[in-house]
Amino acid sequence: MLDKVIFYFFAGIAVASAVLTVTRRNAVHSAIFLITALLATAGIFLQLRAEFLFIVQIILYVGGIMVLFVFVIMLVNLDVAVRQIQFARQKWVALVISLALAAQVGLMFWSSGRMPGQGLPVLAAAPADKLPPNSEEVAKSLFSSYLLPFEIASVLLLVAMVGAVVMAKKRT
Amino acid sequence: MGERKPGDRERAITSVAKTSITDSGEKQHTLLGADELILNMGPQHPSTHGVLRVKLKLDGERVIGSECMIGYLHRGVEKIAEHRTYQQFAPYVDRMDYVAAVSNGLGYCEAIEKLLLVEAPVRARVIRTILTELQRIASHLLWLGTHALDIGALTPLFYCFREREEILKIFEKYCGARLTTHAFRIGGLQYEAYDTLEKDVERFCKNFESRIVEYEDLLTQNRIWLGRTKGVGILTSAEAIAFGATGPVLRASGVKWDIRKAMPYAAYDQYKFEIPVGTAGDTYDRYLVRMEEMRQSRLICLQAIENIPSGPILAKVGKVLKPPPGEVYHSIEAPKGELGYYVVSDGTVQPYRVRIRPPSFVNLQSFDRMVRGHLVADVVAIIGTLDIVLGEVDR
Amino acid sequence: MQAVTQGTIEFLKLYWAPLLCGVVIVAFLPLIVGYVVLVERKLMADMQARLGPMRVGPHGLLQPIADAVKLLIKEDIIPEDADKLVFWLAPVLSVGAALLSLAGIAIGPAFQIAKDINIGILFVVGVSAMGIFGIVLGGWASNSHYSLMGALRSAAQLVSYETAAGMALVSGLLFAGTLNITSIVEAQRQQGIWFGLLAPVAFFTYLVASIAETNRAPFDLPEAESELVAGYMTEFSGFRWSLYFLAEYTNMIVVASVATTLFLGGWLRPFPRTQWLNFLDFLPPLLMVAIGLYCLVRVPKQPARVQQFFMVAVAGLCFFLALVLAVPVLVPVVNPSLAAGVKPLYEGIHGSFWFLFKVSAYLYFFMWLRFTLPRYRFDQLMRLGWHFLIPLSIINVLVIGIAMIVGTYLHLEGWWLLLATLPASIIALLIALFILAAEQKSGQQQAGGAASDSYAG
Repeated sequence: MLDKVIFYFFAGIAVASAVLTVTRRNAVHSAIFLITALLATAGIFLQLRAEFLFIVQIILYVGGIMVLFVFVIMLVNLDVAVRQIQFARQKWVALVISLALAAQVGLMFWSSGRMPGQGLPVLAAAPADKLPPNSEEVAKSLFSSYLLPFEIASVLLLVAMVGAVVMAKKRT
Repeated sequence: MGERKPGDRERAITSVAKTSITDSGEKQHTLLGADELILNMGPQHPSTHGVLRVKLKLDGERVIGSECMIGYLHRGVEKIAEHRTYQQFAPYVDRMDYVAAVSNGLGYCEAIEKLLLVEAPVRARVIRTILTELQRIASHLLWLGTHALDIGALTPLFYCFREREEILKIFEKYCGARLTTHAFRIGGLQYEAYDTLEKDVERFCKNFESRIVEYEDLLTQNRIWLGRTKGVGILTSAEAIAFGATGPVLRASGVKWDIRKAMPYAAYDQYKFEIPVGTAGDTYDRYLVRMEEMRQSRLICLQAIENIPSGPILAKVGKVLKPPPGEVYHSIEAPKGELGYYVVSDGTVQPYRVRIRPPSFVNLQSFDRMVRGHLVADVVAIIGTLDIVLGEVDR
Repeated sequence: MQAVTQGTIEFLKLYWAPLLCGVVIVAFLPLIVGYVVLVERKLMADMQARLGPMRVGPHGLLQPIADAVKLLIKEDIIPEDADKLVFWLAPVLSVGAALLSLAGIAIGPAFQIAKDINIGILFVVGVSAMGIFGIVLGGWASNSHYSLMGALRSAAQLVSYETAAGMALVSGLLFAGTLNITSIVEAQRQQGIWFGLLAPVAFFTYLVASIAETNRAPFDLPEAESELVAGYMTEFSGFRWSLYFLAEYTNMIVVASVATTLFLGGWLRPFPRTQWLNFLDFLPPLLMVAIGLYCLVRVPKQPARVQQFFMVAVAGLCFFLALVLAVPVLVPVVNPSLAAGVKPLYEGIHGSFWFLFKVSAYLYFFMWLRFTLPRYRFDQLMRLGWHFLIPLSIINVLVIGIAMIVGTYLHLEGWWLLLATLPASIIALLIALFILAAEQKSGQQQAGGAASDSYAG
């Protein structure tokens, strides 16, 4: 019961602020709503007893990426952005894509009702006190079953970092 | 970064930007396409040392142009002089460089004495020297404290004020005033030195040696202090001369010029002292020069109290001063540089014209040269290192 | 309907204690912060050859209350051109994040609001880092250039130093093997040594980075008074301003608590496993007695009757605390059979004492630095962060990891681990200094060229 209340609370906030993120004209306000959406998502993670994901979401997305976002937004000239017409040319493309996405999601719900085990997987909820500490679990799966993807991602990030440094050096 | 919000919300800022400073009409674009930022520093700002107003043109935090706006403390001192008798005007000069009132008074009294063709008695000249050197120490102490505070060191300020207080107490005992002392009179001194003046000065000088070491412990070898002052606000000797800079600002650039040596006045020719000079002409060198000057002033005081000659303290000048028509320029080495008085007499009891050359005003001219290319944080360091007093800049 | 009521009751059953603790903390923290500020002012006064606040109450002891009243009744000014909503939101964000992160901190084994969350230390660090939005958005919303520059500085500074701080925490966490705060302290009890001693470089890095993160001198550039007037707080006044102030000092307490937990043994007394040092347990009550006696000695020297009375009261308070601290250590001596009974009492009372003592020492160090050092310039701050602290902390994680492997291989435990970790720390420091020297060399070659962009780091 409580879980459901918490879930719908956070989900509602997440959806509402996501909508506000794209409709606000002021980029800083958009950023604030994006932060809210990310925090609400973190709240859903917490409700699912995935506290490691919850804090990673906060540290990385809210504490790291969004700070840089806001930083850059404050540096650029907002005046120009505000005067521009929103949803300018992509209006129709966006509409088509979002309709397709909605159809996909609807199909999934519909099929899961028809064919059990085919659409949405339904997992049995584990009792909270029996869950293993999930930072350890994440670490175990990262460094055993998903070692190769993890390493590939690390190399990719390293390449991005080196690239950024090279570009920054070139400019000066 | 300039315009961030729609409509007229940025009215205030853009209108400032339009007034001047931008030498080119076109907008210059800088990092990330943002416009340059006009930052209005002062006249209400914690570290513009009074009411200096600086308009900075910034790229991010880097200064690409600056403009000093002065006059917020203008009281028309020079004009007032034309409507006062020579004696009446003397207290006014104390209010120019109000942290070094004694030096201002000395310069004015000596200028009028030159005009009157009289000379103060030896005893008066020695006591004048002592008090002026004490004033130099007090002025430098105030500079050190506020300069360190500008750069973020909180504590030296209070140490400096502790010693400055001792000096002010000596002034108070001597003439009853602490800040705007009006210590001297045209022709000599008004007051005889009080009984324990020598002892007080000696005690102060004895303590002061270790106190300077205390300040230097906090700052001189401090890595952050070095980082904040070395290479900041460099003024080469040629530039310093071209800008007419005097005092520690000039000497830190390597020019050995001190009026106390070059054209001795008061009793300076009797005492041995060094003129400290810098090499790099940066903020750190100016700091070192002023620290060494405090030590030298202390030595002068110690030499002077050893032998204060007896005799009259006031030359015979009469109650009403009527200098012969003519003009005179007299300058002294005030704590901040050359303080000059150009006085024109038309033979009446009031000066026809008094023109004052304040060291702060002239030194401030090199401000723009010094801040260009530096960061906002360096601007306050440079204002501090110039050691300006707005009462003197604006008069 | 019944389900809802039942759910509520269940909820309250589970969570009444943390809720109550939360309310108490939110209610009392401003008072505590007020007194931390008073202590800071008194310490500053002492180091600057003056007295500090003396007017309100004996020795200025009521000053925080007077200040709080003043701030509460001050006119609330919102600049006309400010973004009102964000301006209203920003200080709340700052103080909210700071207070929330307090929830994860354990003062003693029993005193923790969010008990035993297994991401403990990450929670504290992550949530407290969110306070930066309050600063950045507040600076932006003020629509003033000083505020904006303060906000920009703050954002750049936090991002730069958070990395170093995080890496330093990782070095410490390698020894603990867990993120849970209680378990971290337990791990230190088992090793018998503080992780700060095992990883001194990490501790040092965290110390510097935590000063920078809390915007304290010499890294107080976002609010640098002599440059930016008050930085991001320039346009804030009255209660909003005091919220920022509260957030800043709460953050100081938070970082000090994190450092205490991870590097200084949390609520353990020094050398918790050394038997012959057990007399250290008597130190806290004796310290309190000593302070109380000092207060009594000073009583006749107080100028006013009310001050004399006050000194006696302070002495009484000290004696009372001494008694409270003495009970758990004296009972086992008098009657060994009760030893097991007072154990929780001992852990609670002495644990809190040592924890608060260590936090105070850490804060004292913060304040001491503030009174002594000048302020860094922005480019110097960035250089220190990116060219020294971040390489140092990354290398340190690496070599500490290697040292741990060596330690496991050689079966080194407790103090013997120092044999492996100390050389590792020295190697890390040397490599970082080498990098710094190389950077400076190349920097000098480039000097005079294009001016580097300070925000780009």
